[in-house]
Amino acid sequence: MSLAKITQVKALALAVPGDDIDTDRIIPARFLRCVTFDGLGEHAFRDERTGPDGKERPHPMNSAQAARIAAAKQGVMVVGFNFGCGSSREHAPQSLWRYGFTAFVGGSFAEIFFGNSTTLGVPCLTLSKEDLAECDAFVRANPDVEVTVDVEKLTVSAGAKTWKAGIAASARDGLVNGKWDPIADLLEGTDAVAKTAGGLAYVAGK
Amino acid sequence: MAKTLFQKVWEAHTVRKLPNGQTQLFIGTHLIHEVTSPQAFGMLRDLGLKVKYPQRTFATVDHIVPTNELKEPYSDPIAQEMIEALRKNTKDYGIRFFDTTTGTQGIVHMVGPEQGITQPGTTIACGDSHTATHGAFGAIAFGIGTTQVRDVLATQTLALSPLKVRRIEVNGKLAPGVYAKDVILHIIRVLGVNGGIGYAYEYAGTTFDGFSLEERMTVCNMSIEGGARCGYVNPDQKTFDYIKGKPYAPKAADWDAAVARWASFASDAGCQYDDIKVFKAEDIRPTVTWGITPGQAVFIDEKMPALETLNAADRQTAEDAYAHMKLAPNTPIKGTKVDVCFLGSCTNGRISDLREVAKYLKGRKVSPSVKAIVVPGSQLTAIQAVHEGLDKIYIEAGFEWRGAGCSMCLAMNPDKLVGDQLCASSSNRNFKGRQGSQTGRTVLMSPLMVAAAAITGQVTDAREVFKV
Repeated sequence: MSLAKITQVKALALAVPGDDIDTDRIIPARFLRCVTFDGLGEHAFRDERTGPDGKERPHPMNSAQAARIAAAKQGVMVVGFNFGCGSSREHAPQSLWRYGFTAFVGGSFAEIFFGNSTTLGVPCLTLSKEDLAECDAFVRANPDVEVTVDVEKLTVSAGAKTWKAGIAASARDGLVNGKWDPIADLLEGTDAVAKTAGGLAYVAGK
Repeated sequence: MAKTLFQKVWEAHTVRKLPNGQTQLFIGTHLIHEVTSPQAFGMLRDLGLKVKYPQRTFATVDHIVPTNELKEPYSDPIAQEMIEALRKNTKDYGIRFFDTTTGTQGIVHMVGPEQGITQPGTTIACGDSHTATHGAFGAIAFGIGTTQVRDVLATQTLALSPLKVRRIEVNGKLAPGVYAKDVILHIIRVLGVNGGIGYAYEYAGTTFDGFSLEERMTVCNMSIEGGARCGYVNPDQKTFDYIKGKPYAPKAADWDAAVARWASFASDAGCQYDDIKVFKAEDIRPTVTWGITPGQAVFIDEKMPALETLNAADRQTAEDAYAHMKLAPNTPIKGTKVDVCFLGSCTNGRISDLREVAKYLKGRKVSPSVKAIVVPGSQLTAIQAVHEGLDKIYIEAGFEWRGAGCSMCLAMNPDKLVGDQLCASSSNRNFKGRQGSQTGRTVLMSPLMVAAAAITGQVTDAREVFKV
């Protein structure tokens, strides 16, 4: 299985502010009533974007900028801290990715969301609190300027600004080497797995 | 060298180091349900892969099952399609399925312990963030995404990096009317909803020593709400006693060896933790949430926080929360009108929860302004409750007695809030829209506090209502 090497994402960006944005907000549970991930993109942040009366609410995902990202199928979402907390539903990053977001920049990410995103080849980079505030402000003020998320150099840059970014070393390694989906590596270890399984005294299901 | 349970389990299940530096970790037990598995089976088929160790995966159906409609086809065709997809997938690949017709179906985090599948010193993964529940038995148990469900099906392993370990010690005896639910809500309130990122939580101390396995499950269940992907309690005699005799428990000849092995996984005296936090049981009072994250909580007799007492980031979330909840800062939460009461979920839908509430519910009536439902977490729990006559107590009090499932915890089935109804809920998440209505409001609390809310029609102190 050959995967693209994801060293850099250069795209327009959208700021979606707020800390502790949970996966129920990203994709409400009623959209999990499905057996495929197809079509999830259009429901990203559904209840934040649309009121109970069916009318649009003021939300960054309703902006012209979001529409440009959806059309380009490429974009950077700039978020706050603990983004993607709550449920393990992969439907959350799947919906944002299918919408068009190909990288996230934030203060911190919930672990399961981070892993689910990385496995899709979508990098989640962190900035310091101060740098994130600056990046967020820049993105709002300059919607036409592309943001570069550099996974290899660990920087986020836009215009004349460059901020130092972070990501777990293993996730960076997987992305830049085209091994962000671990299945090939895991399958290679079949004999070693059998050995480990044999050494464990328990077998559930016996 | 002295080691933590986490380190011992991790080492025992390490297959090898992967090129990116992660560990290929063997998953002893894999649990699946209808929501996060169908896409994984689709991926397997696309890649032409088989299920490598089918006897290590167990399935049940919980999220979408209706709780007041036992006959199929369900009125919701999508629910029917999802349950049938799971039937087909488990049949095609030879996976044991605790189906609705077996009398053993239930919330996946209840089925594992009930069947004795959940055992100490094991690794347990499930496409569900509340998998840490199984940590109550001294297992390293955690939620995974759907692509990872595929990884476990295909290889029985995952690519993971080890977690740091934070010991959370609670010592002393809880006051009457204060429960395990209050303990975990308090821990999350103090350490924050993101305080546990990067950590496994080891719950310890004399309070946990005294807890039953069901109480330990309530606490471990909500580890993810504090940001910790997994939480556990070291196994002890209570753990072994709970497992003994369960269908998948080791049998006579193997039992003593299993117990010795399980006990050996407990954290060693003198082992090193990355962090330690200590709480006193007597400092904890009945706790309720007031906002849209589980960390936004107060003791029942406290006022909700004034905005000016919060830092800038917390203040923004609090403003959002107050607007959604239609509550006012710096006022008491006690007395807030309640529309719906939900007793159930993988946090508090176990037999001990149903018994404890029933003890106080006899002779009391649900307020006419309240819709109250009780949803046993599993069919075995429901059967036991009926055997003990608990269903009658609930029904006489005015609760609706329902079938087993996740129900109104996340409202993927027909059990939903309507409009901006406020729900006193024994579940685990008070996120915006969580209970099925975009403007619906959730106040998390212990089961007895839910019952007190049902009777009085408001958020109130169960200790006063029931003279606890």
